[in-house]
Order: sequence, then structure tokens, then C-alpha cells
Amino acid sequence: MIEVKGLHKSFGEEHILKGIDFVFDTGKTNLVIGQSGSGKSVLMKCMLGLFTPEKGTIEYDGKAYSTFTDEQKRELRQEIGMLFQGGALFDSMTVEENVMFPLRMFTKKRKRELKERVDEVLERVNLNDSGKKYPAEISGGMQKRVAIARAIVNRPKYLFCDEPNSGLDPHTATVIDNLIHELTVEYDITTVVITHDMNSLLEIGEKIAFLKDGVLAWTGDKSQIFKTDDQTVTDFVYSSDLFKKVKEAQRQGL
Amino acid sequence: MKYLQSIGEYFLMLKGIFGRMTKRSVLSNLIFKEIDELIIGSLGIVAFLSFFIGAVVALQTALNLNNPLIPKSLIAFAARQSIILEFSPTFISIIMAGKVGSFITSSIGSMRVTEQIDALEVMGINSLNYLVFPKIIAMLTYPFVIAISMFLGILGAYTAAVMGGFVAPDIFVQGLQEDFDAYHLFYAFFKTFLFAMILATIPSYHGYYMKGGSLEVGKASTTSFVWTSVVIIITNYIVTQLLLS
Repeated sequence: MIEVKGLHKSFGEEHILKGIDFVFDTGKTNLVIGQSGSGKSVLMKCMLGLFTPEKGTIEYDGKAYSTFTDEQKRELRQEIGMLFQGGALFDSMTVEENVMFPLRMFTKKRKRELKERVDEVLERVNLNDSGKKYPAEISGGMQKRVAIARAIVNRPKYLFCDEPNSGLDPHTATVIDNLIHELTVEYDITTVVITHDMNSLLEIGEKIAFLKDGVLAWTGDKSQIFKTDDQTVTDFVYSSDLFKKVKEAQRQGL
Repeated sequence: MKYLQSIGEYFLMLKGIFGRMTKRSVLSNLIFKEIDELIIGSLGIVAFLSFFIGAVVALQTALNLNNPLIPKSLIAFAARQSIILEFSPTFISIIMAGKVGSFITSSIGSMRVTEQIDALEVMGINSLNYLVFPKIIAMLTYPFVIAISMFLGILGAYTAAVMGGFVAPDIFVQGLQEDFDAYHLFYAFFKTFLFAMILATIPSYHGYYMKGGSLEVGKASTTSFVWTSVVIIITNYIVTQLLLS
């Protein structure tokens, strides 16, 4: 479980996060949604320790990150898996080497054991035949799956995903969403997904935090978000033409 | 003010490089990879340039020696002095700022743009140590490149002077040995070592701290070449003033 309490973050005069309080549950896919510039990515970078908040605390399983020693921070980071927006795979390494990378860095296992674990994870993300290829030789969806494999290979306790569906077609996006959700349940991970993809909300939004202008404007789950009367949430959700038409059709009883 | 900030950032980067070390087995593989890319990969162009510049230095000297009172051995003497003191250590380092420096900046810059450096940091890896330290160690072998350049430069001078019929082989060899001062070699290799550190760290700085997209990677490579060359030239002047004057 990750708990964020009264989090504030500014860049110069610009106040980005204005007191965020939220609990990210273990074994659930926790979604942070909001328009561009609402503070989603800043929140995630604060949680990852890449930005230092001015006020507030971030607690990992009840322990405040700000009280961690450098060694504890390093240990924590080894328990974190991260799926970047563009995948962030290492170009100079093959798919197999990319997935093996965290294991090589942080474990003392023999090469055969590492290979076995890599094969197991690649099979889990349906990429058993692509191990010898380089990231440039595979599609965007496959790159995302490799990035997921790399993120979970060390059996993390926390998984962060920064707009996992960006640049993917709707079908591949659904595959990635479902994969993230399945792995969250399977490995009992605290998963945090930053997104503004409405399909992701429908697919995997077990717990949702809606940010607007750096403030937590609404919380709930996928069944509640389409029923809420909160104007700020409905403005965001129904800004998509498709959802507008679905709502209209529902109203007309079609 | 911006330059002062950059200088401060550069020295903080140097401190960061020697911070938390990457796992030794991983590091040793990276060092061999960097030696292959930065050093072995540059040998061809260094050999080509050294041989022909050495030849041109000998030709120019020979063609300008019109006074019969000046001994022909001066062709070899002039070639040796210019190659050992300046051409090989300094001129080749400027070329390496273009070749190796741009490669370092663009490869680290691309990693910055595509969030690969963020990925390393999130995993708890000291990205500066992982990316820059192997380059520094690889560049410790750079004086060998300069030694090869010196040898080939003098070989080029010998070939042009002797094959061109400007001087007899024994007179050329005599000129090479004339007033030889081993301290000049120490001076050349000392500054080569400093240039190697400059070549490894300044381009890394420009790549690591770049902001923006792929267009900025190109701009960072150009800026990196300019600043690496400027720092090499200034260092060359200071070292020459301190060690030779």
C-alpha cells in the first residue's frame, strides 16, 4: 500500500500539487486520471522519489519515504517496477538482455537461473520468440510488453505505469491494460497507472483518483465514474465524442 | 551566470560519477564495450590522418628548405617535433572531440530523450556511474592511440621525405635522433591524459543534462564539440606554459 498525505509540489511560482491525499491499495489497479497539466506525472515522480515535495508525506507500507536512508531508498527502488510512456528499453540490448538487466544488477544468480526467469516472464507476456531481437525490430505494443516484463522480472511490490497505452491501437491498448491488471492480481502488487485513456478506466479502473489543477477532485471506481454528478468529472469523461454519444443514447433509452 | 551554473553542474557531475558504484561484473563488460567503441573504433581514422599529416609536414618542410646551409636532417627533426609535441596529442584530440565526443553526447542524449536514464534511476542505479565511469576508464587507454599516431605520423614523414627523394634514409634517421629530449614525450603524454579526461567528461555532461527532443540531441552534439575543443585548446596552452616555458 502507498499512502500520499497532504502532498504539495511547486516549480518556481507554479504550484502543481496542492495537497493530495490518497491511498493506493495493494492488489488493485489504482488509476490517476486528469487532463494534461493536472499534475499526474508530477505526483508519480514525487512518489518515485525523482522530485522532492515541499510538504506532505509518501508512505510505502506505513513507512515515510522522507525518513528513508539512502540505502533504504535504494532497496525500495529495487522493489519498484516502472513502465515508461515510451517503454524506455535500452536500444543497445536485445529484448532478453533488457528483461535480464534488473536481475543482473541486483541479484547474484547464475546465468542459467537468470535465463530461466527471463524466459518465464517473456512467456507470461507472450513474447517467447522475440528474446534475441532488438527493441527497434519489434512493434510498439511488443515494446510495451517487454517493458512490462522488465518491470516485473524482479517480482516488485509496486508497479508504476506512465500512460501505458499512449501510441497504441485500441486492441493492443486493451491487451496491455489487461496484462497490467492480471499481473497486479497475480503478483499482489500495488499498481499505479497514470492515464487519460477512457478505455483504461473501463477496463482496469478498480480505484480512481481524478486530479484537476493539482487538486484531488474526485475518487471512486470504474462503476461510479460514469454515474457521478460531479461536473468536473463528467466534463472530463464526456469530453470524448464516443462517450458523449453513448451517454446521449442511454438518455434516449436506445 | 549561465556558464558559472554549467561549470558548477559539471563538477557536481564529476562527483556523482564516483558516487555509488555499479556492480563490478556489469561494469567490466561496459568498460570493454566502451574501449571497443571509443578507442578501437577510432584507430582507422587516427591512423589515416596521422600518416598523411606526417607526410605533408615532411613535404612542406622539404619544399621550404631552399638554403643549402640548412641540413636536410631538419626535415625529420621538424616532423618529429611537430608530430610529438602538437599534432598527435592536440590535433588528434580535436578530431576525437568531433568523432568520439559527438558519439558520447548523442548516445547519452538519446538515452535522456527516451527516458532510459530515468529508467536507470528508478531502478536505483547511479546512472552517472553506469554511463560515464566506463567511458573514463576506457579513455585511459587513449595515450596508446596517440602513441600509434606518433609512430604513423613519423612513418608518413619518412615515406614522403625518403620516397619523394628529398632526403637519404640515414640522414632522415639522424634527424629523428637529433636533440631528442625524452621530457617532450612526458609532456605529450601528460597532456594526452588530460585531453582523454576532457574527451570523456565534457561530451557526457552535454548529453546527460540535455533537455528536449531529438533536435536538441543534434544541437547538444554540436555544442559539445565546440566546448570540448575550446577546453582542449585552453588546457593545451596552460600545460605548455607550465611544463615547457
